[in-house]
Amino acid sequence: MTEIFGVSTQALLGQLVLGLVNGSFYALLSLGLAVIFGMLNIINFAHGAFYMIGAVMTWMALNYFGISYWWSLALVPLVVGVVAVVIERALLQWLYKLDPLYGLLLTFGLALIFEGVFRNAYGVSGLPYSIPEQFSEPLNLGFMLLPKYRAWVILVSLVVCFATWFLIEKTRLGATLRAATENAKLTQAFGINVPLLVMLTYGFGIALAAFAGVLAAPTKQISPLMGSNLIIGVFAVVVIGGMGSILGAIVTGLALGVIEGLTRVFYPEASATVVFIIMALVLLVRPAGLFGKRES
Amino acid sequence: MSAAEYLRVSGLHAFYGESHILHGVDFTVNRGECVSLLGRNGAGRTTTLKAIIGLVGKRSGSVMVNGREVVDWASHKIARLGVGYCPEERGIYASLTAEENLLLPPQVASGGMSLEEIYQMFPNLQERRASQGTRLSGGEQQMLALARVLRTGARLLLLDEISEGLAPVIVQKLGEVVRQLKEKGFTIVLVEQNFRFAAPLADRLYVIEHGRVAAEIRQAELRQKQDVLHQYLGI
Repeated sequence: MTEIFGVSTQALLGQLVLGLVNGSFYALLSLGLAVIFGMLNIINFAHGAFYMIGAVMTWMALNYFGISYWWSLALVPLVVGVVAVVIERALLQWLYKLDPLYGLLLTFGLALIFEGVFRNAYGVSGLPYSIPEQFSEPLNLGFMLLPKYRAWVILVSLVVCFATWFLIEKTRLGATLRAATENAKLTQAFGINVPLLVMLTYGFGIALAAFAGVLAAPTKQISPLMGSNLIIGVFAVVVIGGMGSILGAIVTGLALGVIEGLTRVFYPEASATVVFIIMALVLLVRPAGLFGKRES
Repeated sequence: MSAAEYLRVSGLHAFYGESHILHGVDFTVNRGECVSLLGRNGAGRTTTLKAIIGLVGKRSGSVMVNGREVVDWASHKIARLGVGYCPEERGIYASLTAEENLLLPPQVASGGMSLEEIYQMFPNLQERRASQGTRLSGGEQQMLALARVLRTGARLLLLDEISEGLAPVIVQKLGEVVRQLKEKGFTIVLVEQNFRFAAPLADRLYVIEHGRVAAEIRQAELRQKQDVLHQYLGI
């Protein structure tokens, strides 16, 4: 077995893949957070809870209704997105004119409620969800055994992230979104229904989180706390990438997942804190984040 | 209300937070007419335009666009009646290219200018269409802001200080454009501080003072009412 710095390549590559998987979740979640923050000016603390709901609903769909993983992948984000739209209309829309702190408090409260409800129903020990049978065999690449499901998570996350980036940066609809993010009032005065756009943006951002939740169901412990465990790292990713930057959210998410994975190989003691050390360093050098634009 | 009337503003009050800016503005604009709102800084001209399109915090009174009362409407619905707004600060988006800026407002009616016609009118915009909107020169940004509302089919144009801070040659070009737009039958409200720019273009001029219309002057009366203008505007 070949070794790099005293670590076997198999272990190194394994952690690299695992890092990319975690990075994919970071990317999907921070992407939604960034889009929501840009459009609604709300720091959506409930993001992790919606990710958790995505995973728990995937489990519920299978165990109560016999709905397979593949159907969940399409249906769960849709259902959770609709729930988010209802929350936006009922609660969030009244906060846009206030300080972002109010939005943060409200969504934090929502996160606690969601977590509490599911904790009450399912406890915290974790629900089992098996990997779809198409992915049960690992893929032998010659130099390593690649678990197929991990490869699938990375691949599909990249596709979804890239599609979102393309939608926002390269299409007419995206141009309208960017305009509404930059100057909502003027954009509305041009005849664009900005409140509708804001509502759909929130639904879409949350649907991305739920999608990540479905992807996570077979590979992580499905537990009411899985969202809050992940979301702190996601916030660090958003801060490092720069608030409101789409590309920043994607690239930073993947990169930090990998860095975390490699830290686990070379210096495991720091693997839980490395993201925050990087965040502190980035904030010292570039307070607006790596991809963020300084507010003028 | 007569059939020729396209915009009727009556008893319009507008507020920004606690401050009461407009104190009952009354004026009308007929179809195909170019009307200029003149006045000193802070008199309420810009606020009048913003109140028509629904961009002020609170407003009361009446704004009739093409026979419909819109004073309670959200601004996107007013725009969709065929009102094109060109703001004083130009409102060019930094996160959009010049062409994306141009294509942003949705079509509200048929009969808007095509992209080709617009690029013919403003060749600079075609050259710079892939540039970031705010990288354009001040003159180009103003042309872009004006061109943006010509595509949509809007028949009522609210133009706020389009000659402000621009080189004389560009001001002249914009004057020609406004003249062409009049020929095409657009109804135009021109808010101006530059009397020399507005006077030859406007069919009628309203002087706004302290949030009210203080005087109305027809194009034919301009010469004999010089002293009135002098008194209000200091020119």
